[in-house]
Amino acid sequence: MKKVLMSVAVGAAVVMAAGAASAQTLNQVKTRGELQCGSNTGLAGFGQPDAQGNWSGLDVDLCRAISAAIFNDPKKVKFVPLSSKDRFTALQSGEVDLLSRNTTWTMSRDTSLGLEFGPVNYYDGQGFMVRKKLKIASAMELSGASVCSQQGTTTELNLADYFRANKLKYEPVIFATSDETIKAYDAGRCDVFTTDASGLYAERLKLTNPDDHIVLPEIISKEPLGPAWRHGDNQWGDIIKWTHYAMINAEELGVTSKNVDEMLKSANPEIKRLLGAEGKFGEAIGLTNDWAYRIIKHVGNYGESFERNVGAGSRLKIARGVNALWSKGGLQYAPPVR
Amino acid sequence: MSSSDNRDPRFAGGAEKPRVAFWNDPEKRGYLFQIVLFLLVGYLVYMAGYNAVDNLQKQKIASGFGFWNNTAGFDIGQRLISYETTSTYGRAFWVGLLNTLLVAVVGIFFATILGFAIGVARLSKNFLVNKLATIYVELIRNTPLLLQLLFWYNAVLKALPDVKESLALPGGAFLNTRGLFFPEPVPGDKFEAVMWILAAGLVGYFAFGRWAKKRQAATGQQSPVLWVGLGLIVGLPLLAFFALGMPLSFNFPDLGRFNIRGGVQIYPEFVALTLGLVIYTAAFIAEAVRAGIQAVSKGQTEASYALGLRPGPTLNLVVIPQAMRVIIPPLTSQYLNLTKNSSLAVAIGYPDLVQVFAGTVLNQTGQAVEVIAITMAVYLTISLVTSLGMNWYNARKALIER
Ligand SMILES: N[C@@H](CCC(=O)N[C@@H](CS)C(=O)NCC(=O)O)C(=O)O
Repeated sequence: MKKVLMSVAVGAAVVMAAGAASAQTLNQVKTRGELQCGSNTGLAGFGQPDAQGNWSGLDVDLCRAISAAIFNDPKKVKFVPLSSKDRFTALQSGEVDLLSRNTTWTMSRDTSLGLEFGPVNYYDGQGFMVRKKLKIASAMELSGASVCSQQGTTTELNLADYFRANKLKYEPVIFATSDETIKAYDAGRCDVFTTDASGLYAERLKLTNPDDHIVLPEIISKEPLGPAWRHGDNQWGDIIKWTHYAMINAEELGVTSKNVDEMLKSANPEIKRLLGAEGKFGEAIGLTNDWAYRIIKHVGNYGESFERNVGAGSRLKIARGVNALWSKGGLQYAPPVR
Repeated sequence: MSSSDNRDPRFAGGAEKPRVAFWNDPEKRGYLFQIVLFLLVGYLVYMAGYNAVDNLQKQKIASGFGFWNNTAGFDIGQRLISYETTSTYGRAFWVGLLNTLLVAVVGIFFATILGFAIGVARLSKNFLVNKLATIYVELIRNTPLLLQLLFWYNAVLKALPDVKESLALPGGAFLNTRGLFFPEPVPGDKFEAVMWILAAGLVGYFAFGRWAKKRQAATGQQSPVLWVGLGLIVGLPLLAFFALGMPLSFNFPDLGRFNIRGGVQIYPEFVALTLGLVIYTAAFIAEAVRAGIQAVSKGQTEASYALGLRPGPTLNLVVIPQAMRVIIPPLTSQYLNLTKNSSLAVAIGYPDLVQVFAGTVLNQTGQAVEVIAITMAVYLTISLVTSLGMNWYNARKALIER
């Protein structure tokens, strides 16, 4: 009898404790000694493990930067690969501390899923890829086509909207994983493969003959991609937001992973505040004052991360375009550190 | 917690019990403790449940079934009932459920036929047939179903020609990577009459069958059930069909810019899933059938031969009916397995209940607890109904002791 009582009590305690857990993510991460980062199962340029299990990508860098800010070590991250359809449940239930995996910020996700979005680390839009031999120049010619796409994405919804709005017929073929989706397209099951434009370039690399396919000019949606965290933990939200902003500000101020040590001696007050030589900005978000120095030192600024993962220094060769700094005609803009 | 053995021997044998305070009476005290414990456990369970629900609501994982009537906003390829982008999540649920039931029913039908054939083949005296059946069973049973499904899906896709090189089949059908397209029958006004005659023919056939059985039991005379049946079910409706001027036209599929337009389409995802499930489940059914047949003692066959029955009727009238009693319970669980395994559809893009509802709907609404609870309830119901049906069948086939 005693045993039964004990286990009931323990069970109840566990159930009761679960709620309080969502409040203090930073403390949990610190006691755990590791950040749990919800990432893509494998999308070149954004989040992908190599053969040795080392993760790289633009979204991966954000998690590494947060880890650097907290632990002064970009490697204290456990990447949890999540498919499009499982990602939100994993975040809601506390399996990961944040999601950094080409996730579109939409109103319903921000409000009814109990999540929080903020900075956009990649401005994107949905596109279509088709075989060259079909000789199609525009998405408006796609009536009657079979379209492969992935489940649990905004892609699936935009696709339905676009074809309905333009009164085009189509046959959706929907898969749970990105691998199966691209494989089915490759095998000829579909005429069209659709996802975020960035994803199109990354997934095209997986095709048998990437050169036999073209991306159509139409971009049919707005896909502001960025990190997401649980609603209600504002301190944790501040850390995520300001990690991204630190990387943007660093690029704007010309602070890079290579020159960051010299920059510590800079006379520019903005750089001084960013790198913690002046003011107590780090403490205000529950970190040390050299938080941004650590980020830049270990991971680099936004521009460095972009070039290395998706830009000229990568296989994707994506131009900065709308993701250039605001001062260079793009949309990337960060509030000042002051 | 009976108290009889605690009783004071002096008062044994029907004598009146002494008056003691109830906390000193072990029996009453026992009840008291039971009640207190019950209340305590009840309270804890209630609190745990209450807290869990509260927490889930705070994390917005569960907040009721309000989403059911909201607009879904996504499309579904294969659907047995009408469904559009603007339909509700509830409608999407039914589309998924019907797709699940479709594979389950078609799968069970073919798996039974194939399973029985392989099971009998495993006992064949022909070396080649016997060995082939054994290899089939061992190979299929010992590899994971998911891999087999992926294999069939990719094999089906690879083997099929491109849309532009569609294989034209006799009768106006086409085969390509988009599936099998065949002419869609469009019934005319008078076609209903043909259906009624067919129904009448079926009723007539069953009535005749019962009568023939009774007559055989009573007089030993056999009736030409097969011929009468064919006449009633096939001949009569055909006659009516022609007499009414063939009230049926066809909508032929034809090649559009990308896809075949018109006609009825069977999707490759459906074919691959059904094929995979049938082949996998048939291996297990074959083993059940073999075990069932081997469970019928050899003496039965010998006795049947001694009575002058040929091997065919011996198998049909003596061995199989007895074997069925052994076969049906494992067969039931194979049917349940097939239905539940159909949820692996998600891996090959077949829009079953799990893919559409526990996948897309769950993700778009975020209502994990409600959606998973409904999905589990559905599988439970399907399984219980299947079991019930099979138990009823089993009871009918069971040995009736006289
Ligand atoms: N941005 C869209 C789509 C994101 C998405 O999941 N894209 C797919 C296709 S590129 C993907 O990353 N799949 C990889 C996976 O599921 O692991 C969203 O947030 O819904």
